[in-house]
Amino acid sequence: MEQKEEKVVFERPDALLPVVTNFCPGCTHGIVHRLVAETIDELGIEGKTVGVTPVGCSVMGYNFFGCDMVEAAHGRAPAVATGIKRVNPDNVVFAYQGDGDLASIGTAETVHAATRGENITVIFINNAIYGMTGGQMAPTSLPHQVTQTSPYGRDTASAGYPVRICEMLSTLDGPAYLERVTVDTPANVRKAKKAIKKAFQNQVDGVGYSLIEVVSTCPTNWGMTPQESFTWMRENMLPYYPLGVYRDVLAEGHESVAAAAAERAKDSKIVAEGGAA
Amino acid sequence: MSEKVLMKGNEVLAESAMRAGCKYFFGYPITPQTELSAYMSKHMPKIGGTFLQAESEVAAINMVYGAAAAGARVMTSSSSPGISLKSEGVSYIAGADLPAVIINVMRGGPGLGSIQPSQSDYWQATKALGHGDFQMVVYAPSTVQEMADYVAKAFDVADEYRTPVMILLDGLLGQMMEPVELPEPKADIPDKPWACTGTKGERAHNVVNSLYLDADLLDQTNRERYERYDKIKAAEQISEEYLCDDADIVVVAFGAAARIARNAVNAAREQGIKAGLFRPITLWPFPVDALEQTVAHAKGYLTVEMNMGQMVDDVRLVVAGRAPVEFYGRTGGVIPTPAEVLDAIVAFDQKVGE
Amino acid sequence: MAKMIVDDAFCKGCGLCVDACPLHIVELDQDKITDKGYHPAHCIDMDACTGCCSCALMCPDVAITVWR
Repeated sequence: MEQKEEKVVFERPDALLPVVTNFCPGCTHGIVHRLVAETIDELGIEGKTVGVTPVGCSVMGYNFFGCDMVEAAHGRAPAVATGIKRVNPDNVVFAYQGDGDLASIGTAETVHAATRGENITVIFINNAIYGMTGGQMAPTSLPHQVTQTSPYGRDTASAGYPVRICEMLSTLDGPAYLERVTVDTPANVRKAKKAIKKAFQNQVDGVGYSLIEVVSTCPTNWGMTPQESFTWMRENMLPYYPLGVYRDVLAEGHESVAAAAAERAKDSKIVAEGGAA
Repeated sequence: MSEKVLMKGNEVLAESAMRAGCKYFFGYPITPQTELSAYMSKHMPKIGGTFLQAESEVAAINMVYGAAAAGARVMTSSSSPGISLKSEGVSYIAGADLPAVIINVMRGGPGLGSIQPSQSDYWQATKALGHGDFQMVVYAPSTVQEMADYVAKAFDVADEYRTPVMILLDGLLGQMMEPVELPEPKADIPDKPWACTGTKGERAHNVVNSLYLDADLLDQTNRERYERYDKIKAAEQISEEYLCDDADIVVVAFGAAARIARNAVNAAREQGIKAGLFRPITLWPFPVDALEQTVAHAKGYLTVEMNMGQMVDDVRLVVAGRAPVEFYGRTGGVIPTPAEVLDAIVAFDQKVGE
Repeated sequence: MAKMIVDDAFCKGCGLCVDACPLHIVELDQDKITDKGYHPAHCIDMDACTGCCSCALMCPDVAITVWR
């Protein structure tokens, strides 16, 4: 019987530089980096993509992605991405942020880039802890979760409750697409890839602001093996942060973000009449 | 040569910036510089530029960082409390060697202070607008014409040295209307091969960054930046000397305070006091070389500032004990009158003459 | 013939590929230590490998190349 010549069916994407990352063993950042790079390759956009990585474990992203990269101050990636995108609207601009960055110090930048409907793509890694600084309580740390700065467990009486970003942003008119995914199994990795690719395709097509939240793990600071971390994530995080699509204006049957926003506010005179002459 | 037009200082800053090729403005409302933003919001769309009112000063300066990283001529403006909020971004801009222009129309401080004119951000602008080892070129215009001229120059200097540049003025100048000849629109903006505009598959990726985990590399980067600062110090000092050649009493003042001091110097001359005015136009680099020229004949230096005495430190560093250096100033939005400055000159002259 | 090859220079021995393999033919090689001090993953029965890519999909360090 003739032997069919085998082909490479899985390899490192071109957009991901052949560099060993700073991520700990089993950290899901690496999977998401690869999904972003595969997307850039498949859409053929590496030459016009500019990535923005702010402070946190994502901070070294400029060493890993082959596209032009801008390092941003803590929390400010959406503002920096706004500046880049406004100057060169033909560039594909993405921000890659963790939970402390996006949902705590950068909440204002996140909310306002979203409500402006900036045509950018945001990748949000939610692992319920500050990884880079050694495991402090994050805005997305769960009630009773033990961290370095909530050693008795997050006490909601004093530390309040976690922020659900996709749910919060879904109340705004600006976003085109919001989805929460995870990467704990090959099937979920494929789903996450599909969402990330759509979030980039939306930008290429001018659909608008897209954010993909990836519920992730931090084995090192959670003090667990990568395998135990996925179990903990499934048992504790996924019920708190349900996976799914939180906004998709096109799939919801709207022509555009603007059309969806106008429909929602059609009883407002100034919206209906188009404002001052 | 274009004709002179009568315009308000804040609006001239905006118009001159656009003529210098600035097509991107990111700001946040604050008194007393709002006319600048209003002018930008009205005129930027007409030249295909972007005016964006950010959610905060912090966001605005980071949008400036992004636009500068993308290679654009970009500006933001604010007033004292807002500039404090921008200080994080300015440090990153300096650390990433990005060109950008920042306007500070100063008001009284500290804290919320007042909304009246002040010069109390001299130290902040010249010594420490943000964390880390860095400097920033600071221009202090004292006429509407100079506002037009130095905004245009600021963009060129920012690009040449890849540094943030500040225009430091106060609400008095911002609100002032004077005839002004606006600069010709600038057609050619320098290439920025380091900018993040996409590799187009033709080059290795560009990185705009201020993070150096290797201590030696950061040390080396800082040293290289300071070599650039030495070039700026050598080439970019600007000052104006008025009746300084034979002056016994050299009054040193910048911006709006220099306009008042000039009147007081004239009045002192009428009383037979050989007074002169030394007006730094670059506050950093401080015009040390020109001021040094006066040390041979000056019997004393009096700085006149709308603060509690800040620039006086830099004058003392130049004079280095060779003559007495004193300070007269008002704060809180109080603008010193020529008469009270004259009194200060007369009193200082008597003290120096004893 | 399908196969998966692990690049030891990238592998951090996290074992996510071990769990992902539906045929249970990926293991951490306890007899080997990489330059960075990890036991790298390897396939213990290459003849059985179907090239499904599950291991590679889960690898956070893009250490795995798959042929089919």
